[in-house]
Amino acid sequence: MIWMALTVVTLTLGAALAVMLLDNLLAAVAAASVVSLGVSVMFVMLRAPDVAMTEAAVGAGLSSLILALALRRLGLIKLDLSEKGKDGDA
Amino acid sequence: MRSLATLLFLGGLIFLLTVLTGNLPFGNPPMLVGDAIQKGAADEVGAANFVTAVVLAYRGLDTLGELSILFAAATAGGLVLGAAHGGSHQRPAGFILRAGADLLFPLLLVVGLYIVMHGHLTPGGGFQGGVVLAAAFFLPLLARPGETLSHPWLSLVEGLAGTAFIVVGLIALFQGHGFLAPMFDKGTLGELVSSGSLPVLYLAVGLKVGSELASLLSRLASDDEVAS
Repeated sequence: MIWMALTVVTLTLGAALAVMLLDNLLAAVAAASVVSLGVSVMFVMLRAPDVAMTEAAVGAGLSSLILALALRRLGLIKLDLSEKGKDGDA
Repeated sequence: MRSLATLLFLGGLIFLLTVLTGNLPFGNPPMLVGDAIQKGAADEVGAANFVTAVVLAYRGLDTLGELSILFAAATAGGLVLGAAHGGSHQRPAGFILRAGADLLFPLLLVVGLYIVMHGHLTPGGGFQGGVVLAAAFFLPLLARPGETLSHPWLSLVEGLAGTAFIVVGLIALFQGHGFLAPMFDKGTLGELVSSGSLPVLYLAVGLKVGSELASLLSRLASDDEVAS
């Protein structure tokens, strides 16, 4: 159990460092989602499944979605679909 | 220099937290209310999930405050983002996303409704299930960028759910109990139809959270002529 907890803590801290260090903003958002996922696993280990569910749904799912959509709206990430778009265009 | 100061600050914070947590006994909560609730909740409220008993019965007013904060945040977000247009200039999504969205939509709907309806029995409830429902309704938008959700319907569902929450509380008030006090027959512990008005309240919470977040997400996703 303690090794599992240590693994999750290391993964979460590593993902949190990656959020700060990554240059790619979309990758940083994904790393933030990984942080939330690790925290929710820790909540399960501490026997708080309600909080873990909230953390997984809101922290890992919704907030990263909102961050990614906000990045797209602000024009900070480029969706380079226009160059190579031959499939699926009807 | 600046990074050195940041490092120093971080080290100080880690030291402080280590000292603080080192003095706390691990796994011994200093709160005493929890014991009383764990002893009495099953008889008083009839919910198998004690967290739900706290959220909706003992602290129902706080949940109403939470809902109103969420409502204010979603309203402010909607004001800032403006009305949703159908982003018809956007390119359609790829095959995998479209097929995956078709596959996942009923699954997410079932899971979300399950989490909402079983909030008084198993971990989960209106807030978590509502987020899953919002994700379920947002996924088809991601797959087909031209479509929009029907915002009048979403507002209607949201308003009705919020009203239902307050009306259930007011019924309890006019029956002589406190505002949002648990009502109706408690039933047997652990059955789907049990614990009185708590499933109704959680259904209202789930619908409200789901419609709010779905409308926020669809506003955020549409109308992005700035990008691409």
